[in-house]
Amino acid sequence: MVQMTTARLDPQQIEAAVAHTGAGAILTFSGVVRDNFGDRPVTGLTYEAYGGMAEAEMERICAEITARWRDVRVAIVHRIGHLVLGEISVVIAVSSPHRDAAYQASRVAIDQLKARVPIWKKEHYADTDAQWKANADSCEPAEPR
Amino acid sequence: MRVEVRYFATLREQRGRDTEQVEVHEGCTARALYHRLFPTIDGQRVPVLYAVNQEYVQAEHALTEGDEVVFVPPLGGG
Repeated sequence: MVQMTTARLDPQQIEAAVAHTGAGAILTFSGVVRDNFGDRPVTGLTYEAYGGMAEAEMERICAEITARWRDVRVAIVHRIGHLVLGEISVVIAVSSPHRDAAYQASRVAIDQLKARVPIWKKEHYADTDAQWKANADSCEPAEPR
Repeated sequence: MRVEVRYFATLREQRGRDTEQVEVHEGCTARALYHRLFPTIDGQRVPVLYAVNQEYVQAEHALTEGDEVVFVPPLGGG
């Protein structure tokens, strides 16, 4: 299950999408807006997405995960729009018969999301103008610019 | 032929619009269109990935009539 929404994220509700009686492990990751970038105070973030492709890319990540771990179920929900400190920007819920696959799949899901899903983030600072901020692990073009 | 270019994040702000129809010649590549729409004097551009019809493609991908083209600046999701 994947979704993009402007509404507040409820991890428990998203977890319910992967829960089933065969799941001995459920792992729910929440990405949260924190109050700094390095030594700069951050007051909030604005997320923007390429609607359509972002969901399609999240679906591809889910398909890759379930191809690798057949018994794993995964849900990815990302919030867009303006978020204030402490709000949840992304939830990844993973269920699995055993914990090992759940931990691995959860990690793959968030790493791949940061590298591939067309979502952008503008950081709002207390002291200066807002800036578009790239993930350290965003896919870099492999060609000359 | 025409393609539809959609802009996001820093490129949307640079271009001052969300989308536009652009006339391109047969065989025009995604990279060639990016360089045409974002000319620079010093060769410095925002590094991008290329997406056509909502899938990533190589920079050398040749565009076709009616394509939806997006230049994907560095990502910030998560």
